[in-house]
Order: sequence, then structure tokens, then C-alpha cells
Amino acid sequence: MARLPASIPDLVAQFGPHLNREPSGGWTTLGEPDRIVPTHCCFCGQQCGIQLKVKDEKIVGFEPWEAFPFNKGKLCPKGVKRYMQDEHPDRLLTPLVRDEARGFQPIDWDAAIDRAAREIRRIQSAYGPDAFAVLTGASLTNEKAYLMGKFARVAVRTANIDYNGRLCMVSAAAACKKILGIDRSANPWSDIPKAKVILVAGANIAECAPITTDYLWQARENGAQIIVLDPRMTPIARTADLFIPVRPGGDIGVFYGMLHVMARRGWINREFIAAHTTGWDAVEAIVERYTPEYAATVAGVPASMIVRAAELWGPAETSFLLHARGIEHHSKGVENCMAAINLVVATGRIGREGCGYAMITGQGNGQGAREQGQKCDQLPGARDLENPAHRDYIAGVWGVDESTIPHTGLSAVPLLEAIHDGRIKGLLLICFNPAVSLPDGEFIREALSRLEFFTVIDFFMSETARYADLVLPGSLMEEDEGTTTNVEGRVIHHRQVVRPPEGARQDWRIICDIAKRLGAGDKFAYESTRDIFEELRIASKGGVADYAGITWERIDHEMGVFWPCPSLDHPGTPRLYEGWRFGHPDGKAHFQPADWRPAAEEPDAEYPIVLTTGRVVSQYLSGTQTRRIGALVDQYPQPRCEIHPRLAGSIGVADGDFVRVESRRGAVVVRAQVVKTIRPDTVFVPYHWPLGRSANNCTNRAIDPVSHIPEFKICAVRVSRVSEPSDDIAALEPAAGGVR
Amino acid sequence: MSELAFFIDYSRCIGCQACVQACEECDTHRGRSLIHLETIERRDSVQTAPQVCMHCQDPICAQVCPADAIKQTAEGVVQSSLKPRCIGCSNCVLACPFGVPKYDGDADQMMKCDMCYDRTSTGRRPMCATVCPSGALAFTTIEEIMRTRQGRAVNDWQFGDQHVRTKVFVLVPTEVTRVNVAIIPLSSLRQAQPPADPYDVAALLEAH
Repeated sequence: MARLPASIPDLVAQFGPHLNREPSGGWTTLGEPDRIVPTHCCFCGQQCGIQLKVKDEKIVGFEPWEAFPFNKGKLCPKGVKRYMQDEHPDRLLTPLVRDEARGFQPIDWDAAIDRAAREIRRIQSAYGPDAFAVLTGASLTNEKAYLMGKFARVAVRTANIDYNGRLCMVSAAAACKKILGIDRSANPWSDIPKAKVILVAGANIAECAPITTDYLWQARENGAQIIVLDPRMTPIARTADLFIPVRPGGDIGVFYGMLHVMARRGWINREFIAAHTTGWDAVEAIVERYTPEYAATVAGVPASMIVRAAELWGPAETSFLLHARGIEHHSKGVENCMAAINLVVATGRIGREGCGYAMITGQGNGQGAREQGQKCDQLPGARDLENPAHRDYIAGVWGVDESTIPHTGLSAVPLLEAIHDGRIKGLLLICFNPAVSLPDGEFIREALSRLEFFTVIDFFMSETARYADLVLPGSLMEEDEGTTTNVEGRVIHHRQVVRPPEGARQDWRIICDIAKRLGAGDKFAYESTRDIFEELRIASKGGVADYAGITWERIDHEMGVFWPCPSLDHPGTPRLYEGWRFGHPDGKAHFQPADWRPAAEEPDAEYPIVLTTGRVVSQYLSGTQTRRIGALVDQYPQPRCEIHPRLAGSIGVADGDFVRVESRRGAVVVRAQVVKTIRPDTVFVPYHWPLGRSANNCTNRAIDPVSHIPEFKICAVRVSRVSEPSDDIAALEPAAGGVR
Repeated sequence: MSELAFFIDYSRCIGCQACVQACEECDTHRGRSLIHLETIERRDSVQTAPQVCMHCQDPICAQVCPADAIKQTAEGVVQSSLKPRCIGCSNCVLACPFGVPKYDGDADQMMKCDMCYDRTSTGRRPMCATVCPSGALAFTTIEEIMRTRQGRAVNDWQFGDQHVRTKVFVLVPTEVTRVNVAIIPLSSLRQAQPPADPYDVAALLEAH
């Protein structure tokens, strides 16, 4: 039983989120710190370089790291204030067990580890090995991501391990693999300012990847033209050369409408296509039907915009296409991404300076964490779990019999569904807050409450951890050492800056201890995270994401190393596909046809408005970390529903009114923000908040058939004006789900 | 190579507030942010604009200060009011054409951006201009700006009859050599047309 052991207001009073507004020691003049440690920001896949200041073994501030080439000292507000989660009053400092009606009670570490291991085996012997699942996160270091995959398969011996990258990069990853053969951004960011045309599709760069802004603006200074597809006029779209306010889910209309015009006007690189690709004919057959007029009906924008986009993109000398969750968070997310990549490959403008393609990774280690084998269908080195040769190789690295490695398990959303319907009884979770971040929030929270035993490793009591039977206090990024792989495929080094506070432990030590109690101690006998990295290098060797030639010393010396890097004398690979050698065995790019199809739930008479969700610049993911930092909460304290004045007027809503946004699954009550910068048929609510303020109460559990990404970007809702909510949750602080 | 200078390019600003958050990390005024980030009119647009002190060569704030509390460094940086002198009259607040000085009730003095004097005087760049992810704020040489940016960097301003020259530059279209902020008589406002609505998404969808 994992129902909440106390009322939510009581849990919030005890565990937060509370706001940390001052650095350790207060806002007094700091003077010289004892040391300044160069490392990286943990909030988002850009992984900006930053230096943390330490005084008396506490992190007290930051100094920009101008020498790091990716961001040259630049930071967004999250990076500036990230150090405020150190010395935070909400830090968990002892293992906690659920105590019916009394909330959580402390227990000692030895008993906690013993309990965690015992419950895994109890559930497995009662219900079978796969009845216990492991859920992990894409904000873990490469070392921890690798460890979690091995832990699930070798120590727990369950098929059911997946991660929250399932909400992030999987559509882009699948499309990239299918067409280009390698799941990674094709180019380093230094290629962006060299492109003459840049197309940004479904990426609110200013808020979700702020550092990339300077690369775009630098391209513009160099004469580039910028095209933006988004249902909202984002800060980048505002001054773009062409802003296409595409309707949510209509992106393929723009991409194929452009290809149609380009085919007519001779802007398809047929010589390149003949020599270096397969499958163009099938794409062209579909594109043939996407006249600008038809494409416009799919995209929900005037045909002239699509023609103009083709005129900018088609004949360009050099170009760069970037996309993010806006086109990926769909039940046709992979198809959307394939259509975008088709647009790149049809021009042949890839694999050389200023010509390329990138997906903008969202989570801290969104790239690396999906290569190390914590996906339900994958082994380290981005290897395939069902490929016999791959299984053999990894079995050798792990020192286990190949037959003992479980086969493909459930991905995140079906895994939660299996918990809901009782097929999965136990769960160990780290670095994931599904109570806020998964769609259909009420269903997800109900699923969590049905677990027989639930262990959570986290440094704060997340909304998900409240459902746990056992909470193990883990470590922040700056309290451990390891690597991540940034948005470009650049492997970088996170240094340990301080020790975890007394009572908390480094995540990898917790996992290794549980593995020992499960009888797999010999396979988890690591002395340090460097030991794990050294094993990861071997495990990835010969794989697509080959880290074999990367050492922590090289990373420090070269300011990061781009994979694939198969040997110590290999320089790494900043730009993929040079010489038009693609990642498939035949060396060619494989065009993928995909026709447009509707979303799982389109608006109708009963629910006539589209809800789309996303981020704000001052919050990160489910807010477990950033809703605890006062300065970031002040910047945008509570979610608001962006609504066009025409739609607002038609339903009698004025700016600042409370509105109820309601789908077939649930509702969220937030204040309206009436703005002309959104399509009049669409409303937007950011998703970082819990409970009655969770946009994911409304979103749809429908998933893409290939990537299994949920359809966060479109569901049908109705919107109505309501009075200010006055329930117990609404009375909480906004960071905890209240309203002001 | 000429000396490092401060440049603002309003067209680059994305409103992220990294500058606002970083400003309060500056050691001389920790916990107090002195840069302003203006949201122009959120209903109509996402446009925002950062405003640091422009550090006038002949600062109007100092001219109007009855207590002689506002001083310039040898490098031309106009500082916050001197605490023992400031009488909190807010003449400077009213007089500054850029709206920069603010009277801080807790501190009981006027405080404003001092171009991170503690940093710039020791060879480091100001916090805001170092972290700004869009390059809307930059602290570099004029040569570097000319090499990497379109338009022109100017520091000449005309506010009605008042001519102002500032230490901080702004980037403007090449044909502009002086920023002319015209004073609009209130009487003419009634006849003025409402501004066009270039950022209304509904209008964009219908315009073509």
C-alpha cells in the first residue's frame, strides 16, 4: 500500500517545497571563496559551463565560466540560481519509511537498504521477476544511467526498466536513427551561425534552451534568415523573418507543403538523393499531394506562408534545422520528426560546415542518458537489447550469461498502466517525478497509490516520493562526480564540488548497496564513479555511441569530447555524416515516408479548444528542484493559461480571471493570461506545477506507436471562468500547488 | 584595441531575466538586483528590454542632486548615491531620462547599476553582460561589436531639447547616428492612430 501517509498540507509543511531565498551565510559580502570549481549546470540539455564558489565546504555562489566554449559564461536564470538548492532546508537527511497516519519516520541506512532489497525479492517471488520495475531519469550522469540499466538487468533481473527520457527525446531519437542511422544531433552548435537559413520547429528556444539564442542571433548577424514554426509567438518568433503560427499537430503540413513547392521549383538535390539516399520516391509520392492549399489545411496557416518558407529554405546555400518537443510530443511524434529530417536530406545540406540538423535535448543528460542502457529496449552504447550479438557483447562485459539478461520490457507510460492494473506491484524510482510529469495526472497518481512497495531515491520529497514506502536521500549533481553528454553530443565532466550533507548519500553508492543485498555484489564492486565510467567505455566500445576513447582527462583538456570516439588517438566527432557517410550499414540516408494523421484527440463540439503544454524559462521539468528556489519562483510563481483575446472574449474571460481548463480526464484551475501571441483556437498552460495546478491533469496518455512518447502537445479541452479556488490545495503556497 | 565597453542590443532580448538574477549576485550589492527588465506590453507582444545605467558623461542624476551624493569614477562610471550624503529626495529618480535610479526604502538611499564596478575595475566583465544568453547585453570592444554585429553602436541621445552622451552604447540601424526620443505633446495623442498590431497571431493567420 502506497497511499499518502498524511494529508498533502501536512506533507508540504514537513517536506516542502519551501523556498530558499538566500545563499549559505546570507546575502552578506562574500569576499574571496575558498575555491572555485568549474563544472556544469544541471538544468537542461545545454549543460552550460559554470563555476561554483565554495566557502567553508558550502556552495555560496557562482562565477561565469567564460573559457568553456559552448556557452562562454552565458547562463539562463536557472543556471544563475541553481546553487540555491545546496544547503536547502528541504534536503532529505535520513532514510524515511512510510508510517500509516503518522507520515514518514526516519530509519537507519542499514535497515533501509535491507528493506529495499527484501521487498524486491518478496514481490518477485510472489508475482514473478517482472512484477518489480525500475524507473529512472535523463538528468542522471552517464555513469548513473549505465549503473541503473545494469542494476535492473543484473541485480533486480527485471525486464521493466525505463526512464523519463520517454517524455523527452525518444521521438527525435527514433526518427534520427531511421533516416540518418545515428541518434544524435548531426552538428556541433558552432555550425549554426554559419547557416544562411535556419528553421526552428516546435522549439521555444528563448525559454527552454536560452543559450542557443546567441547562436541564432549570431547567424542573423551573418545574414541568415530565420523561420519559426510554433502555435505561440515566442521571443525568437517575434523577430523571425518568417513566423508560421502552425496549429498544434499540423507541422507535417508545413514540411511537406515546403517539399512540394521545392520539388516543383527544382530545389530538391536529386543528384545527392540518387547517390546517397534510399526511399525518396515514396516520400515524393506523398509530397505530390501536399499542394500549398492542401498543406495549409493540415497546418492551419495561410498557404502563402508555406510557399514563403519553401522560397527561403529551398534554394539556400547552407541551412540548419532545429526541432524540439513541439513536434515530438505527439502520438505521431516520430512521423513529425521524420518529415522534418526529410526536409533536410532532400536538400543534401548536411554533413558539412554550416549545413545540418539538430534536435534540442531537453533534460540535463537527455542525450547521454539514452545511450547507456536504461531504456526498456536498449543496452549500453546505444545497443539493441534484442540483437543477439549486442546481448553477447554486453553479457561479456557484465560477466553474466546472455540468457540471464531480460528482454524488452515496458516503456514508461505502459509501465504505469501496468502498475494501475496490478501487473506490476513494486517500483524503485530515481530522478523521475511522474506525479507531475506524466500525462493524465489523476490516473498516474492513482497508479502510484496501488503499488505494494515503492522505493524512491531523491534529494527532495518530490510529489511522487510522497507515495513511497521507503525514501532514500540521494545526492545533487554537485555532490558527485561524473559525465553527461550535452545537446551537441559533447561528453563533459561534472566535478564534485562538495560532499553530500550528513545523512544523504551519493546515488550510485545507494544502488550498489542494494545490488549487494540482492546478491550481485561482485558485479557492483565499484570504488568510485570513475570505475563505472571505465566500464562504460568498454561497454560502449564498438557501439554507435562509442565512448571507448574518452577519458575524464581528455574531457578536461579538450573542453569535452564528441562521441563517437572509438580510441584514445581519435579526435572525437563534432560533425556527423561528413563525406555523406550516413549511419546505416549501406552508408546512405533512408528517407521515411509518413502521411499526416490526426492527433489521438482532436477538438470537437464538447471540448472545442486545443490545450498545448510546455515550459517557462525559470522552471525545470516537474519543478522538484526549481520550485524550491525563491528567485525562480518569484519570476513566474504559478501557471497561467495563455489565451487569445478573441477566445477569451467569446467565453467571458478577462486577464487575471481564474479559468478551469478541463479535458475528458481532468482539470486544472489557473489564472488566465490574455495575450495576442497565441493562436485563437489554442490555449497554453506550462506543466511544472503539481496537483490542482498540473496541466498534466488534462493531457492525454496516448503514445506514439514507435517512440512511446506521450501526446503532451495536443488534447481537447473546454475553458470556463470560475471563482478563485478555495480548497486545501489552493490554499498552499504556489510552489506547492496553491494559487495567489 | 580600444577599451572594453558596454553595449545593449534591445532586439536580441528574450526576457529571460538571467541579467536580473545575476545582478543580485554581484558582491557590492548581493541580494539586491539593480538592472531593470521592462516587459513592453505582454498582452500585445513578448517584447522585453533590459535597462542598465547608461552612465551619462555629464550625468543628469548628479546635476539635479541637491546633496551632491552622486559621483563618477575616473573611468566615467556613475555610482549609486553616497550613503552619508543621500537625503532620499528622489530628484535623480525623476530626472533620469532612462528611468534608471530608484530610491531604496530599506537602504534609505538611491541605488542603481554601477556597471559592476567591483568586477570591471578588476578586469572581469559585469555579471549581466557575462551571463546574458542572447547577447542583448555585451561587454566587449567596439571593434568586436563592429566585426560581429549589424547596425551601428551609438551613444548620442536627444531627449527633446536635451542632448545626452552616454558611456554605454546601444545598437541601432546603420542609418541612425543619434537616438532621438521625441517628446510627444499629449494633445497629439488623441489624433494618433492606434499602433498596428504586428504581433497578433490571429491577424497573421488572416492577413495572407
